[in-house]
Order: sequence, then structure tokens, then C-alpha cells
Amino acid sequence: MKYLSIEPLRPKIAVFDFTDCEGCELQLANKEETLADFIKVIEIVNFREVSSIKDDNYDIAFIEGAISRADEIERLLEIRKRAKTLVAFGSCACFGGVNRIKNQHNLSKANQEVYGDLQKDTMPVRAVKEIVSVDMEIPGCPVNKEEVERIVQCLIWEATFPFPVYPVCFECRQRFTTCLFEMGEICLGSITAGGCNAPCPAGGLGCWGCRGMAAAANIDEYFEVAKNYGFSRSDVIEKMNFFGGFRSITGAK
Amino acid sequence: MKLDLKVDVHHLTRVEGHGNIHVKIRNGVVEEAAWEVVETPRFFEVMLKGRKWDEAGILTARICGICSIGHTLASVRATEHAFGVEVPEVAQKLRMLAKHGETLSSHYLHLFFLAAPDFLGLPSVIPLVESNPGIVAIAARLKGNANRLCDLVAGRTTHPVSIHVGGMAMMPDQRKLLAFRDEMLRNLPDVLATIELFKTIELPDFARETEFVSLRGETNYPFIGGDLISSDGFYKPESEYRSMTNEYVVDHSTSKWCKLSRNSFAVGALARVNNNYHLLHPEAVKVAEMFGLSPVNHNPFMNNIAQLVECVHCTYESVALIEEIAALPATVKTKAAVKPIAGIGVGAVEVPRGILYHEYEYDKDGRVVKANCIIPTTQNNANIYDDMGELAKKFAVKGMTDSKLELLCSMLVRAYDPCISCSVH
Repeated sequence: MKYLSIEPLRPKIAVFDFTDCEGCELQLANKEETLADFIKVIEIVNFREVSSIKDDNYDIAFIEGAISRADEIERLLEIRKRAKTLVAFGSCACFGGVNRIKNQHNLSKANQEVYGDLQKDTMPVRAVKEIVSVDMEIPGCPVNKEEVERIVQCLIWEATFPFPVYPVCFECRQRFTTCLFEMGEICLGSITAGGCNAPCPAGGLGCWGCRGMAAAANIDEYFEVAKNYGFSRSDVIEKMNFFGGFRSITGAK
Repeated sequence: MKLDLKVDVHHLTRVEGHGNIHVKIRNGVVEEAAWEVVETPRFFEVMLKGRKWDEAGILTARICGICSIGHTLASVRATEHAFGVEVPEVAQKLRMLAKHGETLSSHYLHLFFLAAPDFLGLPSVIPLVESNPGIVAIAARLKGNANRLCDLVAGRTTHPVSIHVGGMAMMPDQRKLLAFRDEMLRNLPDVLATIELFKTIELPDFARETEFVSLRGETNYPFIGGDLISSDGFYKPESEYRSMTNEYVVDHSTSKWCKLSRNSFAVGALARVNNNYHLLHPEAVKVAEMFGLSPVNHNPFMNNIAQLVECVHCTYESVALIEEIAALPATVKTKAAVKPIAGIGVGAVEVPRGILYHEYEYDKDGRVVKANCIIPTTQNNANIYDDMGELAKKFAVKGMTDSKLELLCSMLVRAYDPCISCSVH
């Protein structure tokens, strides 16, 4: 399959999962109308959830999930050594995701509460980039497959993917979605990185910031806007800490 | 008999999450047959503490990427029970439609992508893209239809956004719903082709007497809420789920284990079909009959067929539900007002892999004081373990090889369609 008489690369792709729900990797098997084409332009060599082939010779490693156990650190270091390109895939990999809420609690008490005397290995949740260097971050809880397809195209052609600098708010306007603030809900859409096409506000739920902070977010102004709609600073911070993408503002663990 | 066999599977493939299999047979005698869950624990019950009532469903959806709609439904149901909220009838119908969408999507994912490759002698479904694009196209159409139905009704398939405490955020576009009904009817030949495909496969000849636990339907095949029943005769209201599960911690696994009247019990499509066979749609019964599936069936590999039977059931039920919903005025209220009060509530939902329970205790401000979630695969783990021992014993015969036994043990675990990361939440 040539394009402008050039044979495209068919990168060897591996997908690995850590502390998470496996919802992001599932998106790779979704968007069925283009699934067959998607599979043809890449070579999946290691993807435990869908294939029994385990090949450690890969170009691009997609890392799904946060890191919260010693054996996960070991596995991740090994993958970093082998991968030419390492992609943090989804909000858990990028920021720690909802798993990071755990860090607000006392870990040994948590372990005692869930497992009693037969406690299990665990450690504070960390994002992938807190352990190894990351070449690209694709946020989202879950990731947006349409965006992933466009990113993979760029990886194939060795082009830079232009991640949007505009916030989610912009995408709501394009969809003519009624503002959730106007409906009495808290919404981080005006300070959260766009690129998801704003499915949450369209479905009746405010944006809770799963893609992390937008490049040009005016946080001080946002606190003022939220206050005018009746939401305190602590209401906003609670939501900012839900997916862990605003730690530079909130200082959460 | 000189028969030595050894199976060591580290991180079993084509299942959700991380589990290991160890089987050791020496001189024809099974010395070890173990199923071990090594998934990283996430501590959702602790994360829930202190969260507001309208965050619980959004947070617990993230327990599972495959059955996030089911988790959200169990969560909002538990909260609604704690606050004494009545959900409008239209919202109940919309929730059931979203539930059917998830069941269809998850079952097709399992049947085509996770289970079928074993029967076709392939490592995954990927080689079929070149060698048998027709099958892949059928799988894509059926699963795609189910996913897009979830997108429309629940706002998104993975981690839904429109299922709120009190009801549903909005009425979906009714014309779009009717278009889905038409698409589902157009796809019926694909469903038939799937049935034909599964008729050509041979399931391992194996059975072990098992206790099956599920919701108990009264007038409808049950998916959301109601009483609990076991095939051994236990019968409890939803609120007494703890006496149906008896969860306990084991040393060798990060998932907890459960038991009821025996050492282990099973939940899932086969349990539901076994306990509620008489409530299946007539078209689904026809399919069950084709495969010789009638209650009580004790072959765990038949869970694949039970899923197929449920796909037929959910397809016909969805068509009927869409027609009922489309006949309602578009302005009908889909959400009741919610006023948080201190209280405890339980929500039980049949998710694709079996019965799921959420329980929350709230303070007067509507913040979670205590939470408990019991996952289908948590309930199945002990049963998988017990099956593994029996399977190893039965197949420790002349001619058996390490690789054949490894495949059989792997297929056994896959038949349960385990959601391992879910079970270690």
C-alpha cells in the first residue's frame, strides 16, 4: 500500500497495561468501522489483552495505567530500554488518573481496611513520566480513538502530531452544547486541554479535566468564573484532583 | 502410569487483567492446579471515602474499562437506595437499553476477539483480517452497533456520562434510536452467521457440579436489581448480598475469593441462563436448544454459548425497548430530584461477567463514609480454581502434552471471560 509512491512504515506496536481498568486499550479494538484498516497499517507484536503473541522486538510501546508496585517499575524500565518511542496512553499513564486519589489516603490503613492481615504490595501511585522518560502523552479517560488514529498516522509518517492548545470549552461551542455552568454543574472545560470533542458536557456531565490542563489556561480567572456560578475554590480543587491532571495548581500528592 | 505434565502461564493472554496458571502432574497424579490473580490492587473502596454522592458513579465506572456502564448502574442504584429516590420509568427503560448495549458489546468482544481464536487455532483475531475478512466484518458490525447504541443512550460506551443518580441526564434523539432498531434488524443475518460459526466449534467435554448464583427474574430475564438466587436453593433480597458472597482474603491472590454453600460458586451468563432459562426470549431459547443448553448445565465452557444465547435475547429485547421509548413524548422527565440523606444502600446489577454489587454508606451531607464493591470475577475465582483441579485430573491421560494441557487450562479461564483488574479494584 503506497502513498504518493512512498511505502509507509509499518511500525511494530506493543501495548502494556499497569495499574488501571484497561479501558484505553479497549478503545484500540473499538471504532469498528475503521478497525480493519487500523490493524493493517500497524503491526501489533505484543498486546496481551487481544493476542497470544508476545514479541519483545517493538518500535512503539503504548503504556496504559499508572505505576503503583515495585514489579511494575521493573517491567516499565525494561520496556523503556526496548522501545524506540514510549507513549503514555490515557490519563492514568499521563497523570496517575483516578488512581491518584489513593495518594490522599494513608496507604497502610487502606491496605488494612481492604485486605486485613493478609496485606498486599502497593506504593503511592505515580505517572509513567515520574519513573521513565516519555516521548509522547495521549491523555483521556478513556482516550479518544479518533485522535489516537490520527496520532498513529503521524507516527507512521514520522510527522509531529499537533495536540490542540485550545480548551474543551471550544469544542462544546462547536457542538452547540448548552454550557454546563449555566445548568448549575461544575465544569473544568474552559481550562482543560481539548481534543476529545467534549463528549461529557454533550452527555449532560461537566468536564472534570481528564485530559489535564490546557496550554493557555487562565486559572485565576477560572476561579473567579466558578465563584460567580456558586462553586468555591475547594469545590474546584476537588474536581481538579479527580484525574490528577492539575497537580501543578493544586499541589496534590 | 508415567505421565508428567507441567503448565506455567505467566500473565494469561486474551483476558482482561493479569492472572497466572500453574499445573503440575507427576506420574499421572495432579500435584498442583492453581489459578492465581496477580493484578495490582487499586483500593477503590478507600478512594470512595469522603467523595460526594454524584462522584461515586463516575469514579467506580473506572473500576472496569469493559463493564463501566454496569458499574455506574450498580453505583447509582446503591445511592438511590440510600437516599430513597424513585427513578422515572423512562429512565429505567433507557438504563436497560444501555445495559443491553454493554452486554452485547462485551459478549461479542469475548466471543470473537478473546474466545474464538482458540477454536480456530489462532493466536488472535488479527490474522483473520487478511484470511477471513468476512468474519471480522461481521464482528465489527455487531460490536460496532452495540457500542454506538451505548454512545447514544449513555453518552459514551467506556465510562458513560449520562447515567446520573435519579435517572438519566437526557432523552436520546428518538429518530436516531429508531435507526438503531432498523440497524439491529438488518444485522440479524450476522447474528445467524455467528451462531453458525459457533456450531462448527467443539467445546471440551468437561463438567463439574457447580452452584450458580444470579439475580432472580420474576417476569423478565433479570439484569438490574431484584432478589438473589442460587441453584442450590439459597434465596436472599438484594440488600443481603453479603450472605450470598461471603468474601474472604487469600494469600496467593490480590483478588478476594467468595463462597456460598460449597467451596466455590459461579456467576455469569451460564449462571443467569441456568437460573432464569424460562424468562429468555423465545428466539434465544431456540438458540439454546440448538446447542443443547438447558438448565442446569455444569460445563463451564458452555458459558461461551450462554453468552451467544444472551446476545440473541438482548437484541430482540433492545428492539422492543427502543419502540417503547420512541413512542414516549420527547419532553418526558428522565431524572428525579435527589436530596442526600444519611443512609445505606445496595445496588445489584448483572454485568456481562455476572452479578455485581455496590454498597455505600452516606453521611447527612451525601459524602461516602464506607463503600463495598463485590465483582463477578471475584466470585468466580474460587470456581475457576476448583475447575482447574478437576480439568487437570480429567485430562491427565495418555497422549496429553504440556502444550495441549496449557491450551485447555487457558481456554477454561477464558470461558469465564474474567475481568481480573475489575476483581482487584
